Amino acid sequence: MKVGIIRFPGSNCDEDAYHAVVDHLGAQAVFLWHKDHDLQGADLVILPGGFSYGDYLRAGAIARFSPIMREVVAHAERGAPVLAICNGFQIACEAGLLPGALLRNAQLRFVCEQVHLRVESIATRFSARYHIGQVIRIPVAHGDGRYTADGDTIARLEGEGRVVFRYVDAAGHVTHEANPNASLRNIAGIVNERGNVLGMMPHPERATDVRLGSADGLPLLHSIADALLTEVNA
Amino acid sequence: MTRYRVAIHIEPRRGILDPQGKAVAGALHSLGFGDVVDVRVGRYLVLDTDAPDADTARATAARMCEQLLANPVTEDFHIATVEPA
Repeated sequence: MKVGIIRFPGSNCDEDAYHAVVDHLGAQAVFLWHKDHDLQGADLVILPGGFSYGDYLRAGAIARFSPIMREVVAHAERGAPVLAICNGFQIACEAGLLPGALLRNAQLRFVCEQVHLRVESIATRFSARYHIGQVIRIPVAHGDGRYTADGDTIARLEGEGRVVFRYVDAAGHVTHEANPNASLRNIAGIVNERGNVLGMMPHPERATDVRLGSADGLPLLHSIADALLTEVNA
Repeated sequence: MTRYRVAIHIEPRRGILDPQGKAVAGALHSLGFGDVVDVRVGRYLVLDTDAPDADTARATAARMCEQLLANPVTEDFHIATVEPA
């Protein structure tokens, strides 16, 4: 598996993603500059966290006009996987790859902490290595992470099993206190209709080593690698 | 072509929680402005653009809002004024 990690001006989780992919997953990775026009044959594209374009106008609003995004959208339209983390999730929503939007955290504070997520669906190429209802520990670090969408969109996401991760307490219960930003329905991560684009505010790439607090993000990367391998062998 | 100055208001859609507005309302209350019932914090943009007439400038600005300046999921906009710059 070859992973293309997009670097926008202001990306700051690109190195974390590289470290997770290369040193912990054992796959190949390349950095792709936002002005590039070529994904260099990447099987998986990661839109990493950070503050692309300084979050000017709205988080993610400007990055979607970067030249490389044309290639990323085409990659997604071919059904190939895109992992959009944190600012990447915001960019994916602004680019129309995922429905909804990420708004300022309700408490108006930047949150940077380990949170618990419950795996809501394992029928995606991003989550097959987990088990349903599994509670995992993954860090969040964001100021604009409050997921919102109109009622019809939320109903579709829920009805089609496209909510992949939800903020919960350590026991796996969906509570107001466990929701770090007041996202609707405690939503932490969703996939698009086709299931090949995952957007999530928490950082699985920062949870790939128990020495750094958690390795619960590693099965997510392995799930993607498994799915790509299955595709190749099919 | 004439140069127009277009003023655009963008605000959080009603019904969507605006924590900034709530915080500002709370601060106003604590200053004694207890009559304030609601505050929402948005953006105000002023742009100069060339157009054949004011109606065209207004319509073009609306398209800019739809495509970039406002988020169609969470924000509403209105073109406040269009005046010769």
